[in-house]
Amino acid sequence: MEPLLEVKNLKKYFPVQSGVFGRTTDFVKAVDGVSFNIFKGETLGLVGESGCGKSTTGRMLVNLMTPTSGQVIFEGHDIAKLSKKEQKSMRKNIQIIFQDPYSSLNPRMNIGDIIAEPMKVNKTEKKEDIEKRVLSLLNCVGLASFHRNRYPHEFSGGQRQRVGIARALSLNPKLIVCDEPVSALDVSIQAQVLNLLHDLQKEFDLTYLFIAHGLNVVKHVSTRVGVMYLGKLVEIADGDILYNEPKHPYSQALLSAIPIPDPTKKKNRIILKGDVPSPINPPSGCGFHTRCIKCTEICSKEEPKFEDVGGGHRVACWNL
Amino acid sequence: MLLEVKNLQTQFRVKGGLVNAVDGVDFEVDKGEVLAIVGESGSGKSVTSLSILSLIPNPPGKIIGGEILFKGEDLLKKSKKEMQNIRGNEISMIFQEPMTSLNPVITVGKQIAETIIRHRKLTKKEAILEAVKMLELVGIPTPEKRINDYPHQLSGGMRQRVMIAMSLSCTPELLIADEPTTALDVTIQAQILELIVNLKNKLNTAILLITHDLGVVAETADKVVVMYCGKIVEKATSLQLFERPLHPYTEGLLLSIPKVDEKVDQLFMIPGMVPNPLHMPKGCSFSDRCSKCMDICSQKQPELVEFEGRKVRCFLYIDRPEGKV
Amino acid sequence: MTTKNSNQNEETQHPQTPKEESKFGNAWYMLKKNKAALVGLIIIIILLFVAIFGPLIMPYKPNIGDLSQSLQKPSMTHWFGTDEQGRDILSRIIDGTKISLRVGITAVAIALSIGIFVGSIAGYYGGKVDMLIMRFMDIMLAFPSLLLAIAFMSVLGKGIDNAIIAISIVTIPEYARIVRGSILSIKDSEYVQAARVIGNSDAAIIFKHILPNVISPIIVRATLGVSNAILDTAALGFLGLGVQPPQAEWGSMLGAGRGYFYNAPYIILFPGIAITITVLAFNLFGDGLRDALDPKLHQ
Repeated sequence: MEPLLEVKNLKKYFPVQSGVFGRTTDFVKAVDGVSFNIFKGETLGLVGESGCGKSTTGRMLVNLMTPTSGQVIFEGHDIAKLSKKEQKSMRKNIQIIFQDPYSSLNPRMNIGDIIAEPMKVNKTEKKEDIEKRVLSLLNCVGLASFHRNRYPHEFSGGQRQRVGIARALSLNPKLIVCDEPVSALDVSIQAQVLNLLHDLQKEFDLTYLFIAHGLNVVKHVSTRVGVMYLGKLVEIADGDILYNEPKHPYSQALLSAIPIPDPTKKKNRIILKGDVPSPINPPSGCGFHTRCIKCTEICSKEEPKFEDVGGGHRVACWNL
Repeated sequence: MLLEVKNLQTQFRVKGGLVNAVDGVDFEVDKGEVLAIVGESGSGKSVTSLSILSLIPNPPGKIIGGEILFKGEDLLKKSKKEMQNIRGNEISMIFQEPMTSLNPVITVGKQIAETIIRHRKLTKKEAILEAVKMLELVGIPTPEKRINDYPHQLSGGMRQRVMIAMSLSCTPELLIADEPTTALDVTIQAQILELIVNLKNKLNTAILLITHDLGVVAETADKVVVMYCGKIVEKATSLQLFERPLHPYTEGLLLSIPKVDEKVDQLFMIPGMVPNPLHMPKGCSFSDRCSKCMDICSQKQPELVEFEGRKVRCFLYIDRPEGKV
Repeated sequence: MTTKNSNQNEETQHPQTPKEESKFGNAWYMLKKNKAALVGLIIIIILLFVAIFGPLIMPYKPNIGDLSQSLQKPSMTHWFGTDEQGRDILSRIIDGTKISLRVGITAVAIALSIGIFVGSIAGYYGGKVDMLIMRFMDIMLAFPSLLLAIAFMSVLGKGIDNAIIAISIVTIPEYARIVRGSILSIKDSEYVQAARVIGNSDAAIIFKHILPNVISPIIVRATLGVSNAILDTAALGFLGLGVQPPQAEWGSMLGAGRGYFYNAPYIILFPGIAITITVLAFNLFGDGLRDALDPKLHQ
């Protein structure tokens, strides 16, 4: 089966300027060669801690950032090779939900207009039909029609996030990038929004790239999960397999770091030493070797290949 | 008992009226114990911790009632100067955002030394040496070099360690930690929690831990207090709470956390949202979201009562023989 | 589905959530509370009235003088006295109102439009474009505005329309700067990114999403800018540039009346008061507007 989205060796380097003349002295290698596929109807979770490049990856998919190199192939078409017109048309198929419900909605627009705007800008519906669709979308995300003329500041964080979801749905996208959509919400509201995303996926046959920094959050919504570290993918596998038998030492550490709400379960915590290295000067060889308990000589010299170890489970590690 | 909070009430003036952010809260913390206060936004947990150290901005906030007994003396009756001597010295606090709680233009060494000089009356040189020792204690590598760093040169995890070093530099008997790991990555969070627990064991410090993360509570706390809309709704030991949460809110919170070791189709969720503090429901403040709401719940407010050796504020447990619900 | 029902629950919980009024409704409320600003507004309205209905209310024709009545002290027949050509000063002050307001408001309007355009491009696109534009603005800002206006007038020639052009050119950098700064502060917010993902063109993003959210400081500066422009007009008039005789203009009245300072001080007193009151009115109103539109003061 053809994947809906193929990402091949995607890179994003940010130049670092210093000196009087602002010359480029170095690069922040935010995303350093990431490749994965997403199939229709599935949810690929993308997990990693701050600075790993997951958000940057997501943003390259919706053209908020231009890749330094690499390809993004949607439904078989390399986006960069399309004409401007075709690109614009294709962009409608990939939309995004942002993390911060407090800054992702224009405070001067009422929520009905916020949801209607994508349709107006892209002329996807006739004028008469836009309003009907706005109300229908509001209901889909659990808000009432009489909310239509209210402004974002009149709503709670969870409700605003629902508006963001309705906006993402208004162009009937095939793929939605969810950039940490529940991180800024209280625990009891997180569950509501996660359930909503789950239901909408079934109702509208959506495909998600779900970005999060917590493995526990991603688990509920994902079919497959990828783990990123310092701009690279270190492991990718089916959800159940990753959670039960993670192979990469970093994935293992991430998993064991999640505090379990059960005091009787004493963990064998893998506590990593040190901090995440700077993406400007990543360590030689395997980027994780400075903190890895299984580090051997080859790890500091050569970068491990991201290889399939069976059933689509891929890992980049010398010591499996 | 090291700290006894009795019927604490803190009020805020907002557009639209007065809000009782902390509405009659009681709890105790003993030496070497970890008490966790759990709640979501609007529960009053942070205001509680700020009230203990008299750090409530006035206006718009004001402590309008109650007692805070620290080693037998009421902190609310102390003068400004007396409180200044206590803060950082006998009671210390660490905050959620290490970047904004450290002064960006002073080296970390000097910041730690400042506290030491103020309370322990050492000379500058002696204080800097102590600062190096503290940095080592909190696990910062090459501490003698790090003391000359500025906060922005350190990572989030390191800054939080610096904060901890600062707060422990005068060996306080009580450490208040307000969401100390929320802003940190999961792996760093694990490091910091381990550090806090180790230090507690080593120095026998009592810890008042404010958090919304029940996982963190399970890992570190001996006793737990759950707050909702300014009131305590459940008080128990950590084991008691997790084995059998009594209050429907606690139960709901535990169930709605996505767990790594289970897979469910629909996550359990508590319907509705935290009520507007200016328009609280009549009766129990949780009544409009509670799946077990009874008639009396929307009419009267339940009291905090004893039940099976712990406390809970819920009509399900009032006037019922213990052991039967 | 449970998710939807729970939300119907959310709404019925707050039948009376205190509704925050729209930003402007709130601002009007705050403005009303600021007495000084209200006074300023009332004066401005009076001035506008005088400017529009001037010919109907002035007691004498402003440009016709009776030499036998020259340099009369203020009296019942001439409330403000007469000038050296026997013209009624009150009528000339009234006649001058329309000039000051016209130049002040027009100059600001032109400067604002161009400044917003230039500042938006600099702020939104950044990089070399930003650097070029802002360096140019900085050069202009390095000169005292009046000197620069005089320099432009010397090239353009005298007259009221040239005065408007000169003053507006000189004021552009200020607005360009404010707009650029405001755009920089909002450019990377998530809702602007969202607007981009939806497919908005750059122009649409600037005009629909960014500018409406930064309009407050611009409005305030514009109001204060009117008073500056009026002062500049008066200065140019005083120097004999700008408005040409016999048209009455407060600044030129000051300039022409200089020599009579000792024996007929009222010739410069009344135009001076007119300028002061007008500038004060716009400043008070502008201050009040700034406070009213500042959400942080709405506690």
